[in-house]
Amino acid sequence: MDFALSPQDWTVIGLSLKVSLVAVAAMLPVAFALAWILARWRFPGKLLLDALVHLPLVVPPVVTGWLLLLLFGINGPIGSRLDQWFGITLLFRWTGAALAAAIMAMPLMVRAMRLSIESVDRRLEQAAQTLGASPLRTFLSISLPLSLPGVLAGAMLGFARSIGEFGATITFVSDIPGETRTLPIAIYAALQVPGAEAAVSRFAVISVLLSLGALLMSELLARRVAKGRMPHVF
Amino acid sequence: MSFDIAVCRHLDGRDIALTCRADARLIALIGPSGVGKTSILNMVAGLLTPDEGHVAIGGERLFDRAAGIDVPPADRHAGYLFQDLRLFPHMRVEQNLRYGRRPGGNLSQDEVLTFLGIGHLLHRMPATLSGGEAQRVAIGRALLSAPRFLLMDEPLSGVDRARRDDILALIERLRDEMRLPILYVTHDMREAERLADLIVEMPGG
Repeated sequence: MDFALSPQDWTVIGLSLKVSLVAVAAMLPVAFALAWILARWRFPGKLLLDALVHLPLVVPPVVTGWLLLLLFGINGPIGSRLDQWFGITLLFRWTGAALAAAIMAMPLMVRAMRLSIESVDRRLEQAAQTLGASPLRTFLSISLPLSLPGVLAGAMLGFARSIGEFGATITFVSDIPGETRTLPIAIYAALQVPGAEAAVSRFAVISVLLSLGALLMSELLARRVAKGRMPHVF
Repeated sequence: MSFDIAVCRHLDGRDIALTCRADARLIALIGPSGVGKTSILNMVAGLLTPDEGHVAIGGERLFDRAAGIDVPPADRHAGYLFQDLRLFPHMRVEQNLRYGRRPGGNLSQDEVLTFLGIGHLLHRMPATLSGGEAQRVAIGRALLSAPRFLLMDEPLSGVDRARRDDILALIERLRDEMRLPILYVTHDMREAERLADLIVEMPGG
């Protein structure tokens, strides 16, 4: 089997990494805010929010892609305004692929972060308060560092999920080489061409290696949370 | 008047209440486990809101339901020594000590380190400290936050017998030399008799 990568292959890999990294970076603060709200707040409709956050995990990805088309398409309520106000179009662009990947990664990211936030000992936050710390300082110096392993685990999990994202992406931004053809879409495209098994194998191996690496990192960080061993970065 | 406390809070199906008005250096709150002694300290620290009553220590009104006063915990200047210590596990001893440091304290960090004999522990993580060392670091952290009064929740519970006398002597020095009003929770009458000017018993069950 020939594993030498062509310039087109590198384009696919580079695009996949770019899409996944941007998706995770953009979703990180949103997922953390959602995880915090679900872990700490009590309000009517919390169950509904919880269900909505988990929806991309259970509905067919093609439905998520179709909903993104409706919302972010040229005539969609969000897409048309993004275009008019900022000149931003997501449809058929790599940024659209990143949006689709971010939405699909959201449930996994929120779950990991929520568990981590819930495991922070609230009594330490109380101790910080009695020592004169404001709510913001308590958050930055106690809550955030202590939930950091879970936040990183969630980010890794989201990255692995983004690398594998296919259904919502191809529905929303289609298959455009160099713009939206990420690893799974490249595998699908190669499968349609007779005699391209070598390309399929190459992309499959790369996908597995990238996702496996991210999952292993995520698992290692999750174990740190479970054992209460925090990285001493703060 | 150093202590003027009258609080009541309905919690888990029962009433936890304390009324105590006294000019004392150290008041010991004594009673069996589960009677609500820690809840009283939490009400004084502002971590638990009383249903009714008032809290004033050293002449400063911290809570008054009728007058609508409820000073946030961060502004009460309580030096709270928790039973479970609550040292921040991701910070070294030095960072723990510095965490609550406020201007206006009557002790410098060097004085506190000497007073407690913890200067050699500064670079250690809390998980590596013995019970007695962690106890002294927690006391140091509370003292450096420029407290106006001290709340101590069973400070001898996690300390082995050999270290008890050291910690007791330390608390006596805090009481006599720092001149900070101390509200001290224990279930041991001998401990209360040794330390307190006034013993308040909370009835069980």
